[in-house]
Amino acid sequence: MSTHGSIVRIGAKMLIPYIMLLALYVQFHGDYGPGGGFQAGVIFAAAFILYALTHGLKATKQVISPSIAEKLICLGVLLYAGVGIASMAMGGNFLEYGVFDHHDPSHGQHTGLLLIELGVGITVFAVMLTIFYNFAGRGRS
Amino acid sequence: MPEVTVELFVDIVLFSFLVSIALTIARIRNLFVAVMLSGIFSLLSAGLFTVMDAVDVAFTEAAVGAGISTVLMLLTLDLTTEQETDPIQPQIFPLIVALCTGGAMLYATQDMPAFGDPSAPVHQHPLADHFINTALQVEMHVPNMVTSVLGSYRGYDTLGETTVVFTAAVAVMLLMRGRRRFSQPSTIDAEPEEGVS
Repeated sequence: MSTHGSIVRIGAKMLIPYIMLLALYVQFHGDYGPGGGFQAGVIFAAAFILYALTHGLKATKQVISPSIAEKLICLGVLLYAGVGIASMAMGGNFLEYGVFDHHDPSHGQHTGLLLIELGVGITVFAVMLTIFYNFAGRGRS
Repeated sequence: MPEVTVELFVDIVLFSFLVSIALTIARIRNLFVAVMLSGIFSLLSAGLFTVMDAVDVAFTEAAVGAGISTVLMLLTLDLTTEQETDPIQPQIFPLIVALCTGGAMLYATQDMPAFGDPSAPVHQHPLADHFINTALQVEMHVPNMVTSVLGSYRGYDTLGETTVVFTAAVAVMLLMRGRRRFSQPSTIDAEPEEGVS
């Protein structure tokens, strides 16, 4: 993998920050424009996969190790379900975001949506990366 | 009306590309070419979804279909061979099944309302009005109604989908790692792992 020319590697390095920025934009702008947690997670994972394709699997595993990625998978689902539990603790139904803001339920909706989209994004990002690690880790060699 | 003509032209071009790519994938024996063509197929589908104003779906198709799955399929090719083996004899039965299924689906589309038809049942239902007007102005104030429907009105559903993604990752980990441990005694797989070469 490290036999690629420097043009590919430098080109990827220039692209990766913008791919990550786009992912964060899609993640936190999902209320207003197209996108959301799922797409953002996939795009964020694509940045890491591009890094792995150009700089090698070993370098990518140093940036984010497989065990951390596996923990992030659980963290996202827990965050999503935790928002539901929190809304129950505050007196609403499961995943009823309106209770997060007593003055204006629509603000509570925004808070809830932001958090659950973050949970979806973290899980999808970590799942894509974990699947990639598992496939790439067993080459024919 | 030139705008409608342009859209029709784009639709025809995209669909004819899709059909020709699908036929090529079915005929081609080189799996590497087939994987790259399926990526192009996904990208063209994303273009088609954009023309149909389904930007969220197009986004997902471009990111998942054309991006991640192409990479995963290429990695799978790295684990297997690049060339599909020729079938021993021509398979007639699968062809008949495929033709019957395709014919049934074509027949079923006769009952579907035309694309964008305002009198279609889905637009006449009171829930559509609720999601578009009440949700936007009273309950949610979220301009992207796809997000408000998926995240809030159908929050359970999305929680379930996230759990499905979670389960998929667990299944992949079990499959990909379990085999190596079980086949440890054999001499072929006992070599130290070297990663992507």
